[in-house]
Formats: sequence, structure tokens, C-alpha cells
Amino acid sequence: MRLKLEKRPEPSIAMQVLTPILSVVATMFIGMIVFDLLGIDGFRAVVDIFLTPLLASYKWQDVAVKAAPLIIIALGLSVGNRAQVWNIGAEGQYIIGALCAAGVGIAFGPVGGFFVVLLMILAGMLGGGAWAAVPAVLRTRFNVNEILSSLMLTYVAAQVLSYLVGGPWKDPNGRNFPATAPLQPDQTLPILVPGTTIHLGVLIALVLPFVFWLVMSRAVFGYQVRVVGSSPQAARHGGFDSRRTIMSTLIIGGAMAGLAGALELTGALKAINLGFPSGYGFSAIIVSFLGRLNPIGCLIAGIVLAVTYVGGQVAQTTVHIPNATAGIFQAMMLFMILASDILIRYRVRLVASAKPQTVAGE
Amino acid sequence: MEPSSLPPRLDLTGITKRFPGVLANDHVGFAVRPGEIHALLGENGAGKSTLVKMIYGIMQPDAGEIAWNGQRVTIANPKAARKLGIGMVFQHFSLFEAMTVLENIALGMDASIPARALEAKILSVMGQYGLKLDPHRIVSTLSVGERQRIEIVRALLLNPKLLIMDEPTSVLTPQEVDQLFVVLRQLASEGCSILYISHKLHEIKALCDSATILRGGKLVDTCDPKVETSRSMAEKMIGGSLKDIQRNADRSFGPDKLVVKALSLTPPGAFAVALREISFSVRAGEIFGIAGVAGNGQNSLLLALSGEEVAPDHGAVVVNGDAVGGLAAKERRLKGMASVPEERNGHAAVPTFSLTDNAVLTARDRLGMVRAGLIDARAARTYAGEVIEAFSVKATGPGAAAESLSGGNLQKYIMGREILQKPQVLVVSQPTWGVDAGAAAAIHQALVDLAATGSAIVVISQDLDELLSLCDTLAVINEGRLSAPMKVADANIEEIGLLMGGIHGEGGSAHAA
Repeated sequence: MRLKLEKRPEPSIAMQVLTPILSVVATMFIGMIVFDLLGIDGFRAVVDIFLTPLLASYKWQDVAVKAAPLIIIALGLSVGNRAQVWNIGAEGQYIIGALCAAGVGIAFGPVGGFFVVLLMILAGMLGGGAWAAVPAVLRTRFNVNEILSSLMLTYVAAQVLSYLVGGPWKDPNGRNFPATAPLQPDQTLPILVPGTTIHLGVLIALVLPFVFWLVMSRAVFGYQVRVVGSSPQAARHGGFDSRRTIMSTLIIGGAMAGLAGALELTGALKAINLGFPSGYGFSAIIVSFLGRLNPIGCLIAGIVLAVTYVGGQVAQTTVHIPNATAGIFQAMMLFMILASDILIRYRVRLVASAKPQTVAGE
Repeated sequence: MEPSSLPPRLDLTGITKRFPGVLANDHVGFAVRPGEIHALLGENGAGKSTLVKMIYGIMQPDAGEIAWNGQRVTIANPKAARKLGIGMVFQHFSLFEAMTVLENIALGMDASIPARALEAKILSVMGQYGLKLDPHRIVSTLSVGERQRIEIVRALLLNPKLLIMDEPTSVLTPQEVDQLFVVLRQLASEGCSILYISHKLHEIKALCDSATILRGGKLVDTCDPKVETSRSMAEKMIGGSLKDIQRNADRSFGPDKLVVKALSLTPPGAFAVALREISFSVRAGEIFGIAGVAGNGQNSLLLALSGEEVAPDHGAVVVNGDAVGGLAAKERRLKGMASVPEERNGHAAVPTFSLTDNAVLTARDRLGMVRAGLIDARAARTYAGEVIEAFSVKATGPGAAAESLSGGNLQKYIMGREILQKPQVLVVSQPTWGVDAGAAAAIHQALVDLAATGSAIVVISQDLDELLSLCDTLAVINEGRLSAPMKVADANIEEIGLLMGGIHGEGGSAHAA
């Protein structure tokens, strides 16, 4: 008996839904075995990382606040990924978005209120979009690979951040720590559930997936993105401009990352320090694929990833494993989802092994 | 030597191969004698390719036996097939454009032979069969016919006992076809068997000793093509009677619908052919054919007419009196210009999209499928359903993925998608390429019917027979230039063949050899 891959006549819809779930389960299973082999209680580690944040209600607010930026960034990245555009510099666009929002806040000094916050958020989107426009122009004008340019710009963004928080924007009352001054209270987002940290950004992250779903599945723009991603020649035949499409998907990705940065600043952290870049921009790539580039899928996958973030911290104290463990689990999920993609177009069949082959002429 | 006293060179019995959802070969069996030219005939999807792939060791049969010179064999891979003495010339060549003929042949050899020895061997094989080819020419400078000669030489170097030729004439001029037949007859007279795959019946009648006809994976008949008529073989192939094109004999043409004036254009891409000063006009009700060997600017011309490449001169393309040269595909469509490119998957249609989504690709603006930036999915589905119905497309419904359709059915769908939009001008490239005879007849009839309603039609095709039976007027494209148009009724095949060959013909290769 041997295993055989057999092409399906049509891609399996069931598998498109099942593979992300299977990937998460397989990740838990393999994680458990690996940790046991390392002499750590694997079962406990997996339970703490994947289940405790869901079972312990006091952890829910942490999950929600962490899921919000992941979902918002992943939504933008999914649009690009659908067009076969690979922006992996969302982290940088997220940083620039937050910095732009902070800049507007600083410019207004003590003035706050609805319009100032709105302006901060728009500035964040604009900044993130502009940061992504650089790889977009390089790609569409000079055929520069956006994977490299967007990633490299992330490091530039980190340098801009450390320059600003360590220099011009350093909090004069901050005991010389490289950090901006905390935002004015009326320059921050309202808290939705009193007594928790759940801010308006969480609601935005809940609503946006449905907006993106409408645009991607019903609007001509979503259709255009899908055609450009599936076959550029057919797009041209259909009268779509691939260049302009690639440009807009990159800028949308940047704007969403910038929005996430601005919301994180105004909703959660209230100040920017050197620890502001927390890897959301990179983890959102996993969210995007785990969510099958589907906006509603991103919403669910964003929550799963947020759970592992929160769970990683739980496991740190309970089974004493480093916080980086959560990252290992996240990476493993990405591996699993990419590997299991083959099940959508192929099915695995057990076949009787062929007769021993006699090679002709021998 | 009495051939009948020898065992058959190749003897297939009960060959069966199953793919998910389809029985590609169902107990197929026939024999090829030494020195026989044996035709394998069938429509697309009849199972010819699958069968040949099993003979050449690319696939293994699920059941059945292959006997070689009377001995049962299992052909594990193409290398084993070559070792037995089976050579194959594929329809699509595997050549490196930037390398010389010699380098390409050396790369395809199983054994490594010093370049000088190989060159001597190549020259002796070419001399023996009268194949003219300079081993040091770069492949990208060669015509399709010359490229095919490389593949033939590559196969002949192994002294094959059986040569499989897959649709060898689909890209050749009539003169090149004649030259190929001389080589094949010489090979056969020396005892090499030839398995000749084709759907061109007059060629099979002219060349082959016997013909095996497949339909739907099953063996229909093994017959003598010299005794059969083309029509009787065609009817065996499609399993029904063949319909002739119905058209009005005394049709007349209206005013010019499409005028192309000195259209020159260099599309991007290293291997794209530049168009040079192309001029022609097509009247209402007229079908205008453009003949030519592949790679002489047909693709560029289609892109330039559809608007996928915008002309530098706005007046170079005129539809219904409106200059459209500077407009892109979307705007030209709104002016009444529709097009069907040669490549179905990935150009005319998105393979992974449903038929409904593929209807949106070209019909959304003309048929009002978009409201306030949103696609009216119901209108698209209804239209896709209409096309499926009107053109008898075999599909599970509008939700079927384009790639799940057979080539002929997808082509019918794409043609229908454009024709039901009632375009003023329709430009189609290779409308029946890789399409079975039944579907081809339906497509031809639809084009004739569209012309009868007063549309102007341009058909770009490498199939000269198709153009001669379908078109009113014909011109030949060669190296991006278009010949003067001629009436099909007074056309001379010899002259068309020479125009198709252009400077690529014998003159070109003779001085190089």
C-alpha cells in the first residue's frame, strides 16, 4: 500500500474551510510532542497557550485588544495577497502610522476631542499608505520586488521611530527614557466596556471585516483584484489595469497597517517607546493566510493568533517557558496552513502498490 | 523480407487508463507493423495523448499489455522507451530559445557525446533525410518548421524503430508539410514504424497505411484510409453525421465596419513580433481571414485590435466610423469591438473562476452588470446560463469553474459570451484550436450567423482549411506584415503557401544550410 496524490476535478470547498482548523489542531498536537521531548509538560503548555485565554474570562479583554491590530493589518494584506502582491513590510507601515498619529497629537498640544482623534487616525492611515507607496512605485515603475523593498523599509521605519522617541519627541518628564509623552486624555479612543481595556479600535476591527468582505466579493474592485492575481493577461483582456491594481492593493495594505498603528497608539498604549513595534505586522501575515485571505476568515484567525499571544504570557508563568514559544507556535501554524494547501486541489488516496516494475530493455 | 512473417513492432492489447471522473482509455488495442505509417485519429479528449504517453513511458496503463517485437514489456519511463527504440516528436517543442541547434540536441541526449562527434552525426542524419538545418543557428531565429526539424533530428539520432509524431503539421506551411511527408515516407521505407497522430483527414489519406480511430477513450475502428473517404472517417471520429456550414449563397456586404490603417506597433516582451504598417478593412457581413504560420505577429495583431495594446496612432483602428486606436480594451468594447484571444485558459478566461465570474470579465459594461461599483451577480449568472444554453456548453452550470470544462466546451462558452453581446466587430484568434469537430462546426456556424446579422468578423488562424471554408476574404501575415487581401473564391493555395512562408521559407533555410 502507498499514498497517492490525486488531482481533484474541482478545488474542494470543504478543505478550504477545514485546512485552517486542521492546521491549528496539528500545531497543538506537534507542539505537545515537541515540548514533552524537551522535558516540559507539553499538554499543560498547549492548554495554557491555546485554551486558557479562551476559558478564563478575565483574559478576554487582552485577547480582544491584541486581536484588533492583527485583524486590521491582515485585512489589508489579504487584499494584496489576492492580487499576488506580497507586502511583508506591514510592521514598518504600522510604525509609521503610529508615528504620524502621534505627530498630529503632538502638533495639537493640549487640544483634543473627536476631530483631533479623527485627524490622528487619518494621519496614521495616510502615513502607512505613503510608506507602502514606496515599494508600490518601485514595483510598478521599476519592477523592484516588493517583498524585499517593503521588508527593508520596516527597518528604516524602526530607525525613524528610535530617532523621534529618543530625540525630538522625547518626553521631557520621562526620566530620560526614550519614549513620547503620554497622549492627552482627550486625544485617546473611548473605552467601550467600562473597567476593561476594550477600546473603540476593537469595534472597528469587528466591523471592517464585513466591509472588506462586501468589497472583495461583490464590488468590481474586488473582482479586479482577484482577476489580476489569478491571471494578469485575462485582466488585461477584461480591461483592467494591472499596474494600477497592484499599486492600490499595496497602498490599501499600508493604510490598514497605519490605521492599526494609530488605533494601537490612541486606544491601547497612549505613548510610543522603543518597544512599540511588537511584531503585529509580521504575525498579521500568518493571520491573512490562516484566514484563507478571506476577510471573515481574518477575523477568526486574528482571534486565534491573539489567543496564542495571550496564552504565551500565561504559559510563561505556569510552565516557565519563554515568551518566544508563542512565536514558535505561530510560525508552525503558518507552515501547516501552507503545507495543507495541497489538500484543496488534491486528495490523498491509499492505493495498492503497483506490481514490481520490470524496466524495458533490461 | 516478408513483413507479415515478423511480429508487430508494437502490439497493444486491452490498454485501460482511468483518471478521476474519466476513463481515458477503455480496452484499446491495435498493432503497428514494421515500416508501417499508422494514424491515430480522434477528437480532442478521445484519449490519443494518454495512449501515446503510455507508449512513451510517461504514464503507466492501469490494465492491458504492451508488446514490443512480440515480447511483453513494461515501459517505466521515456528513457526506457528510447532504449527500446521509441522516439517521439511532441506537438509543443522543448527547445531553449537562446541556444544553438547543436546545444539543444546535446541537452536532450541520454548519453553524453563529444560536441564534434555529435555534430558529425547530426550532419550525417540530416544529409540522409534531406533535412536542411544549420547546427550553429540560434533557435530563436528559426521558423516553427525548422524547430520541428530539430526535434525530428533529435529523435532520429537514436535510430528509432518506432517514431511517434504528435500533430506534426499543425504549425507548418503546405510546402513544409510536403517536405515532412517525404522524410516520413523515407523513414518508413527503411523499416521504421511511424505512429502519426492527427485530426487532418486528407493528410492521413495521403500518408498513412492504416488508421486507428478512437472516440471517448474507446477504439472505434482500425481501417485503411486509402479506402475510406475523409467524410466517413470524420463521422467515425465524432460518432455522428457531420454538419456543413449553412450560409446564404448570395450574401452581400454593407459599409466598412472595421478599418485598420497603417497600424504599426511593437508590443513589450523579448519575443513579441512587431506589427508593420498593417492595413485592411472589413465590411458588415464579411468574414475576413488572416492566415499565417504561428509566431508571425498574430498575437500582437489580436492585442492591437482588442485594445490590450493601445496603438500609437488613434486613427489606426476605426470601428463603425469612430477612431478607437488610442482606446483601451474596456472602451473599445463599449464601441462594439469584441475579441477572443487564442489562449483560452488565463487570457480569454480565468481558469479558477466560475463561468458566471468569467461572464463578468468582458460582458459587465456592455450588458449593465455593474451598478454603483457593485457587480449584479444575478445578472451575470443569468447571462452565463443563456450562453450555456444557446451554445450547448457541457457544464454543470454557471457555477462550474472554467478549468473544469473541456477545451471545446470552454471555447464554445467564450465564443458565446462575445457573440451574444452582439458586437459590431468580432476579432477571434484560433477559434477552433484544440476543439473537437462537433464543437468546431458549432463555432463556425455561430460566426457565419453573426456575420449574417451585419457584424464584421476577423478570424486569425493557422488552420488554412478552416479559413478557406469559413471566410469571404483572406490575407496572409508574415513577420508582422499583412499581404494584400484576396477573395477566397479565387484564392490559390500554392500562392498562399508561399506568402505564409515569406522569407522564412526555403530561401531562408537554404542559404543557412
